[in-house]
Amino acid sequence: MSPVTPPMPDLARAEAPRAPATASRDRGPRVAHHARPVLDGQLVRRAARDALVKLDPRRLIKHPVMFVVAVGAAFTSVLAVHAALTGEGDAPVGFVAAIALWLWFTVLFGNFAEAVAEGRGKAQADALRQARRDVPARILAAPRGDAATREVASSALRPGDVVLVEAGEVIPCDGEIVEGVAAVDESAITGESAPVIRESGGDRSAVTGGTRVLSDALIVRVTTAPGQTFLDRMIGMVEGARRLKTPNELALDILLAALTLVFLLVTVTLLPFSRYAVAAAGAGAPVTLTVLVALLVCLIPTTIGGLLSAIGIAGMDRLVQANVIATSGRAVEAAGDVDVLLLDKTGTITFGNRQARALHPARGVSMATLAEAAVVASLGDDTPEGKSIVTLGTAHLGGVAPAPSGDARVVRFTAETRMSGVDLPDRVVRKGAADAIARQAGGALPADVRGRVDEVASGGATPLVVIDGARVLGVVALADVVKPGIRERFAELRRMGIRTVMITGDNPLTAAAIAADAGVDDFLAEATPEAKLAMIRDYQAAGHLVAMTGDGTNDAPALAQADVAVAMNSGTQAAKEAANMVDLDSSPTKLLDIVTVGKQMLITRGALTTFSVANDLAKYFAIVPAAFAGVYPQLGRLDVMGLHSPASAVMSAVIFNALIIVALIPLALRGIVVRPRPAVETLRRNLLVFGLGGVVLPFPVIKLIDLAVVGLGLVA
Amino acid sequence: MTAIGVLQLGLWATVLTLLAWPLGAYMARVYRGEAKVAARVLGPIERAVYRFAGVRADEDMSWRRYATALLAFNVGGLVLVYLLQRLQGALPGNPESLPAVAPPVAWNTAVSFASNTNWQAYGGETTMSQLVAALGLTVQNFVSAATGMAVLVALARGFARRRAHGIGSFWVDLTRSTLYVLLPLALVLAPLLVSQGVPQTTAGHHVAAMLDVTAAPDGDAPAQVIAVGPVASQVAIKQLGTNGGGYYNANSAHPLENPTPLSNFLEALAILLIPAATCIAFGRLVVARRQGVALLATMWLLFVPFVALTLWQEQRGNPALDAAGADQTATSAQAGGNMEGKEVRHGIAASALWATATTAASNGSVNSMHDSYTPLGGLGPLALIGLGEVAFGGVGSGLYGLMLFAIVAVFLAGLMVGRTPELLGKKIEVREMKMASWGLVVPHLATLAGLALACVTAEGVAAVANPGPHGFSEALYGFASAANNNGSAFAGLDAAGPFYATALGVCMFVGRYWVILPVLAIAGALARKQAVPPSAGTLPTDGPMFVALLAGTVVLIGALTLLPALALGPIAEHLLP
Repeated sequence: MSPVTPPMPDLARAEAPRAPATASRDRGPRVAHHARPVLDGQLVRRAARDALVKLDPRRLIKHPVMFVVAVGAAFTSVLAVHAALTGEGDAPVGFVAAIALWLWFTVLFGNFAEAVAEGRGKAQADALRQARRDVPARILAAPRGDAATREVASSALRPGDVVLVEAGEVIPCDGEIVEGVAAVDESAITGESAPVIRESGGDRSAVTGGTRVLSDALIVRVTTAPGQTFLDRMIGMVEGARRLKTPNELALDILLAALTLVFLLVTVTLLPFSRYAVAAAGAGAPVTLTVLVALLVCLIPTTIGGLLSAIGIAGMDRLVQANVIATSGRAVEAAGDVDVLLLDKTGTITFGNRQARALHPARGVSMATLAEAAVVASLGDDTPEGKSIVTLGTAHLGGVAPAPSGDARVVRFTAETRMSGVDLPDRVVRKGAADAIARQAGGALPADVRGRVDEVASGGATPLVVIDGARVLGVVALADVVKPGIRERFAELRRMGIRTVMITGDNPLTAAAIAADAGVDDFLAEATPEAKLAMIRDYQAAGHLVAMTGDGTNDAPALAQADVAVAMNSGTQAAKEAANMVDLDSSPTKLLDIVTVGKQMLITRGALTTFSVANDLAKYFAIVPAAFAGVYPQLGRLDVMGLHSPASAVMSAVIFNALIIVALIPLALRGIVVRPRPAVETLRRNLLVFGLGGVVLPFPVIKLIDLAVVGLGLVA
Repeated sequence: MTAIGVLQLGLWATVLTLLAWPLGAYMARVYRGEAKVAARVLGPIERAVYRFAGVRADEDMSWRRYATALLAFNVGGLVLVYLLQRLQGALPGNPESLPAVAPPVAWNTAVSFASNTNWQAYGGETTMSQLVAALGLTVQNFVSAATGMAVLVALARGFARRRAHGIGSFWVDLTRSTLYVLLPLALVLAPLLVSQGVPQTTAGHHVAAMLDVTAAPDGDAPAQVIAVGPVASQVAIKQLGTNGGGYYNANSAHPLENPTPLSNFLEALAILLIPAATCIAFGRLVVARRQGVALLATMWLLFVPFVALTLWQEQRGNPALDAAGADQTATSAQAGGNMEGKEVRHGIAASALWATATTAASNGSVNSMHDSYTPLGGLGPLALIGLGEVAFGGVGSGLYGLMLFAIVAVFLAGLMVGRTPELLGKKIEVREMKMASWGLVVPHLATLAGLALACVTAEGVAAVANPGPHGFSEALYGFASAANNNGSAFAGLDAAGPFYATALGVCMFVGRYWVILPVLAIAGALARKQAVPPSAGTLPTDGPMFVALLAGTVVLIGALTLLPALALGPIAEHLLP
């Protein structure tokens, strides 16, 4: 790991496992930077203006439900004007005009929700555009530092061009480093101020246009045409400009269209029905066109219709907040469906280096003796393993580190000796592989130590034997340390029905031990690119949806095969191209956040649809008795809310219908809380809150609106 | 509700459920081709049918081909029934020399029997010759029922198969449904009915001398014509196949169709027997037995409240009669309650139970006149029809209709748990939603559009017998019954005129085939999919949660569509001052 690589945020998360869980309860996935309120003044003003612009029929027709409302609003407006001019109409002018006004508000509120969601991305897009501005680029005639250069605008670069970027310059385009090592400031895209190292060859060779070289110089081969770069994609995503509807969104659209069609017919046929009723009862007048339009708008799913696109945009925005760039909403939604996660062991599940876990003294040797010798043998060893032995040994010695006297000569580890240690004037202390120490001891190890070595090895750890002179003191067990909190995280995933699979290059024995420690469901040991690919295919053939993270070029085939593939931003261009998401933080546990965002989008849509449809019941109870008050006054007994008058009842239902959109904007933008629990429990809770709540809530609220409307003297 | 009412309902429901289990298991074996014992007897006949028809029994049809075969067969049957009626005067088998049936009624009847609706815009014994009844109507009683069962089996294959292109052979499903299920059951039921006194003869009508000559207005030696014919066989299949078209105009209220309490019990059982058994069969065909049980439980959950409502309202009687001082309580001497339009030998409980069963099952045969029910008592049958004929529903059609609701329910539920929705391991995506929406919406559209048309045409209004909201209920019931392929009539509606005969015919056609086609399209789309293995993230669809959700979806969609119409009909009538 490079010393200048930004600290991995997932470490902080892993060390404080409860903190992110509470954070995600409040605001969805953890926000890496730019923590913002859901709404602020400037955003609201801009959104209010955009809401008017969105009244353009060409835009409205894309949202069938809101289009129907707009047509209804226009129609009642015409009725109001007609009534005002001719003095005759099917209802008092004031009433018709008020209904028309509230119908327009309904459309505007829906537009406003979408505009707010878009506005949240716009500010970020503007900042990104700053980074994308045209910069001069120096094209090299040949991929050598001393080749002739020619200056062009970055927008004129083509894939295959080779450019030279020196310290202080902005990298003009996405590319692959051909030669050189440099510190690069990527804060423009990641928001992370610490510079990162980029170098040719290996897995850190990709650079992003718009980032700045801080030191040295790089020769970069351009890999992406201008307009299709990473920054462009990122801008497109945060603006929601090229947002295609996801499959579930399309399916939901169909359901909403079907409901709209049914309610259209329900209200249209109500006119002949009421004419028949008037003739049959010999009293009253047929239902007015104004009331019919009001009923239609109240019945069609305007709540979800108005908030649908806002939910989608906000979901993508949450992903951007989590520093993940997705190529499509489809991929995000697929993340919600994932049921198998392939996770790299190193960096995700473990800290990535072996640490001393336990000391096992030989028979007849005290723990203190072994600990002291182990620490002494590691004093000159500044590898993480050596340091961890010092830490563990010192702990066993009551916190006091032994300070050997006299000149100490450090013997470093070599592949031939396979041991390391210290030569002191009076003693020779070594630690190392069992067979190497056995040779040092001049023959075989004691039987109990040999048994201990086998035991430690079969437990997945690495045994080091410590020897002081010729005396074998015992065994130090080194093992991969599983990150704290990761086990709980996997348990959460299991409760949500997601299987975790650990991928590692370790041998099966070690892998099995770590897998058991970390609580993953399965593991792939001695993983090769082919084995990874085959494993993904096997899972997919069995009907699973697989997600994986990767950064190396050899991960690319598996990334391309996975349904949801997250590449580390620090990874190679090949990996980034094969993936359908790029994690700017290069945090291996980000996949878990992405899954949450995907689920959240679906849950929010489903819950608001249920709420929207459940609301209809109360609106029927308000409007149906009012509409037929003249014909069948006995239907007044259905008015359980005891509303003031037929006019106030219709008005209150329409106002409720409009205001509920505004009231739910924050929920649509934040998304509904996703907690790890089985599907049945999630459904029970959401049905209770949004289904039952949707049936019950409108009754008191419509009653309150009725009181307010009457109190303010808005209707007779 | 009286004790006898509860007892009858309990006994009937218990026997029904107990019979549904083995029958469903047997049906699943039949469609899998594993009914070994039955095949020993019926196999040769089955193979002879295929040879005669030139059908390859092992053909695996794509959904389009399946649908084409089904439509061709049904439209062919429709045309045949139409021509038989129009030419009946010139054809043999017409001992009463009945004339040709008028075109609108002939069309109406042809659609009605082909679509398993069996709405009758005519009086059976006085309109159709024995030849038409046997060759046209009775044949359709079998094959229209078998068509519904075939569609359900194809849908089950869609769920059960993985990455498959075919959904089975329509001809095989049709033949097996008729030969292995409907015919044997009819052969068992018909003799039982004969034992109770239902006629079964090819002889012409009986002429009997009247005992009480004072009834004859002109004093001549009076004679009464008693129509008889192959009644028992037709009644058996009309109940088993959820057809409902009676031999007699008075249907199962007629003493020769339904003479005794035992015949009444057997026929009421037969009405729901196959629809209940298809749940069990479906569960086995999709290799998820608990799913079948959950679907059956959903049907009961939807059904029981409406039976209870109707029983309660009818037993309570007419409040206006209470005010007039009439005694409507049930005692050992009288049934009590609202007995208008009910047979005294059946009483309140058997009538109310039948009325709800026959409307729950898209059967439509009646043993009492629903028009004479109290407003809320009549709301029970009307609502069961209006919910879309899915609480039991027609043979096959009830369950495939319920599966359309299940797709919508699971879609919303799936979103609410944060996953692309799945049903029985198959993902519910754009195509399934599109098709399910059509299948659910079209019957409602047909009901409302037809009724609206009736309200604005002179003939539509004139054909309604009663004033006020009750007249509206009569027309509403008629269109709901036709569009949902029930076929029972509220009565009070003169449906033989050209407007109603034509419009109701259109509703029946659209309500049948515009549901079948989407269901087959869904079957085809599902069969092609890989199944998603279940996990803790999968919403189980065989538990109480799903049963409640599904029943709730059915009720909510039905209520939202029909509430305004119901408010202007039965509800306004009930609340009349």
